[in-house]
Amino acid sequence: MNAFPALQDLMPLLPELVLACGAMLMLMIGVTIGERSSAMVNGWCVIVMLVAGAALVWVPPGPQSMFGGSFLVDDYARFLKMLTLVGSAGALLLSLDYLTLEKQQKFEYGALFLLATLGMLMLISASDLIALYLGLELMSLPLYVIAASNRENAKSTEAGLKYFVLGALSSGMLLYGASLIYGFTGTINFAGIAKATQNGASVGLIFGLVFLFVGFCFKVSAVPFHMWTPDVYEGAPTPVTAFFAAAPKVAGIAIFARATVVAFPGITHEWQQIVVFVSIASMVLGAFAAIGQRNIKRLMAYSSIGHMGYALVGLAAGTPEGVQGVLVYMSIYVAMTLGTFAVILSMRRDGRLVENIGDLAGLARTHPTMAFFLGVLLFSLAGIPPLAGFFAKFYVFLAAIKAGLFTLAVIGVLSSVVGAYYYLAIVKIMYFEEPVQSFQRMPVLLRLVLGVSGLANILFFAYPAPLLGAATVAAKSLF
Amino acid sequence: MNWPILSVVTFLPLLGALLVGLLVRGNERLARGTARWVALWSTLVTFAISLVMVWRFDASSAEFQFVEKHNWLGIASYHMGVDGISLPFVILTTALMPICILASWTAIQTRVKEYMIAFLVLETLMVGTFSALDLVLFYLFFEGGLIPMFLIIGVWGGPRRVYASFKFFLYTLLGSVLMLLAIMAMYWEAGTTDIAALLRHGFPLGLQKWAWFAFFASFAVKMPMWPVHTWLPDAHVEAPTAGSVILAAILLKMGGYGFLRFSLPMFPAASHEFAPLIFTLSVVAIIYTSLVALMQEDVKKLIAYSSVAHMGFVTMGIFAATSQGIAGGIFQMISHGIVSGALFLCVGVVYDRMHTREIAAYGGLVNRMPLYAFVFMVFTLANVGLPGTSGFIGEFLSLIGTFRTNIPVATLATLGVILSAAYALWLYRKMIFGNLKPALEGIRDIGWRETVIFAPLVTLTILFGVVPKPVLDMSAASVTQLLENYNYAIAAAKIAALSAQQSP
Repeated sequence: MNAFPALQDLMPLLPELVLACGAMLMLMIGVTIGERSSAMVNGWCVIVMLVAGAALVWVPPGPQSMFGGSFLVDDYARFLKMLTLVGSAGALLLSLDYLTLEKQQKFEYGALFLLATLGMLMLISASDLIALYLGLELMSLPLYVIAASNRENAKSTEAGLKYFVLGALSSGMLLYGASLIYGFTGTINFAGIAKATQNGASVGLIFGLVFLFVGFCFKVSAVPFHMWTPDVYEGAPTPVTAFFAAAPKVAGIAIFARATVVAFPGITHEWQQIVVFVSIASMVLGAFAAIGQRNIKRLMAYSSIGHMGYALVGLAAGTPEGVQGVLVYMSIYVAMTLGTFAVILSMRRDGRLVENIGDLAGLARTHPTMAFFLGVLLFSLAGIPPLAGFFAKFYVFLAAIKAGLFTLAVIGVLSSVVGAYYYLAIVKIMYFEEPVQSFQRMPVLLRLVLGVSGLANILFFAYPAPLLGAATVAAKSLF
Repeated sequence: MNWPILSVVTFLPLLGALLVGLLVRGNERLARGTARWVALWSTLVTFAISLVMVWRFDASSAEFQFVEKHNWLGIASYHMGVDGISLPFVILTTALMPICILASWTAIQTRVKEYMIAFLVLETLMVGTFSALDLVLFYLFFEGGLIPMFLIIGVWGGPRRVYASFKFFLYTLLGSVLMLLAIMAMYWEAGTTDIAALLRHGFPLGLQKWAWFAFFASFAVKMPMWPVHTWLPDAHVEAPTAGSVILAAILLKMGGYGFLRFSLPMFPAASHEFAPLIFTLSVVAIIYTSLVALMQEDVKKLIAYSSVAHMGFVTMGIFAATSQGIAGGIFQMISHGIVSGALFLCVGVVYDRMHTREIAAYGGLVNRMPLYAFVFMVFTLANVGLPGTSGFIGEFLSLIGTFRTNIPVATLATLGVILSAAYALWLYRKMIFGNLKPALEGIRDIGWRETVIFAPLVTLTILFGVVPKPVLDMSAASVTQLLENYNYAIAAAKIAALSAQQSP
């Protein structure tokens, strides 16, 4: 009947296939034509991601399990894959002008983006420990390389190396945790682990869980495994930082939530304590440590640490509402982050990027539109209504209150007030201070990303239903 | 005809802001003029439409009117409506906005376009705060107002504007985030964030207490009550004139409105239990800040402290929970909105001319500015609470209302009235009478634009002092219903406590 039954079965895997084939094709084109094709290849990589996004929409509905249950495409995965693709494509869009201006065009750049994104999609769909590790490594290895992509720059190579060493360490821990879990449950499948732990868990399994969490915390840069973040954010080329801030965080949080909710529902009490601690520590450290920062990339690093803390508030609740909150949070976080980095990438003076917060002085006079949008994004990051960032925090705290995590909620909102201080400090510099020299004209692509992200943040309150509805459906599919 | 009048009043200023933002282009002088006129007309039209609301409002009903309800967040809905408690504040807001725009006509010369946008956005958020009938929606408007006000103080403010704007923002935010958590807890308890439904929901005592404190944290800062009032003098002093007017006249009222809308009716048992706390803080505010006001050398600071003292009467009256007390609280807020706003405008008049706010720099102004001296006198006396001015009605009613429940508190608060006469008259004598300072030789009296600003305010101050009926009637039905529910809930709580004691 059907000449390609195997191909038919692979349909749910279509986005991943598009990315994998696309990455290889791009590499081949790059190798064949050589360096002059770099700009073109990197541009095409954006299109490959868009095609992957379209393929994702095309995937037949309903949960689809593949490869003996290790690869699962459900509504949760669909939602997060789409978000990851948006994050990656956005970061790649931000890169294009940068690469040309900095004379850094290399065709490997785009291909590495595609491969890392492929890893993220695998990670999001992973439903056993091996697939998890596979996805995680496929995501991380290209990331180590892109962090060091500016080979002549000592800071960039240092960032890549640091990220690699620490990342390898955390991968090792995660693997060790996975092996403990396997040893104590006898299965690597999430559903199987859930069955084995429904009546509580042994000490060994808890150890395994802790090691597994170490790996996750490292990937999402949650305290106390956040140390790499500021250095890597600062050292890596700025569009790469934007990529780090947006896409891998989504994938990391996605697998964090899936693994905890699906594999360990029987020992919620045990993992909840860890998540609560990590969440509080991240929120507080993110809020306080950012105050002293003068470099805007380092500031964004601490800000992202804080934001991961807020996202984890939803996970700590461990309920469908909580996961919905996490999904809403991550979506809005990606929108805010990409917009902010679009501004950071246009802080260009005399042909060089500047990174000090003080360089933004008087932006409201020299570039009113840019200042307006950055102001919106900053207030949104601070979580002030009616901007989108408020709703992000609203849903995670709503879930935390329902779950009775009052301490977490109170510390969380208080640290958001502290966090508001340093976002306000940037607004102050832009709006209250006298202008210094103006920046160069903002490239069209950056304007596009900034405009879309700014408007999305302003107008979210007017029509929140689509995102909220999708997040609800996605969260339900986990439970 | 059935058009969403309340949404129009709320969002028309926002439309005006969009117009200013998108359409005003061209050379700077032209752009400035256009921005001013667009802003003025948007606020005037908004005011006119809000008057239609007054006309169509049925004061005999305690129900919410002009209600609009649409699906919004799933858990929260876009639910708007006004009753006798909120309508006066809506009108106060829409009425003062054109005055603020006019007051900034010449005082603001830099970044006029952004200034007008900030004010128009602020108006939308303020009207929305008073007419939201959903807790989340309320919070959205309530907190959103921080952003434009932060910018107004920070961009167009005085020398210490950065400090003042940060203090204002962070103080208020800190109070409010706790309220947000209480809102969430209320949602999980009652299953809705709809204010009309929550007003009928009896919350368990434990939750009432916590939620009451969380709401208190927010409203006490906003109000501001002693000892969390310290942001107010800074914000007032540094803000541009119109910013001070909005702060004193409307933003502070959000605290009082919040107590009336949420604390009292939704947590009656907790309100009853914590009323002594409120009384204590109110009395301290009335006496202590009046004494502090006596010591001020800066005109704006003096008026700021007097605002704190006057808000003390409001909280005292509200938590006395008698019909006179609450009616007095509402009236006092409206009256203070007009009077303190006008006083800041008066300061603005001389500040625009002399660029100093030091009391010592002025003296003998009556010789050069007779009309100004008259206007300033009306508002000074209204601030003191002289019978025949609106200030008297509010203070008198809230004092009577408190006398019925707590005589020592009312007695001490009455002392505050004497103190307020002391500092207000002292200020007036220093600035208006005495020998004319040499530097003031060339000072001009108020011009036609300023006359247009002050005329309605003077009229209203005296009108409401002689005929307070319109305001009192508007809110009477709602206040009666509020009190009925409150007393019923208190009685029910007492019976429950008694039966709990009796049963072993």
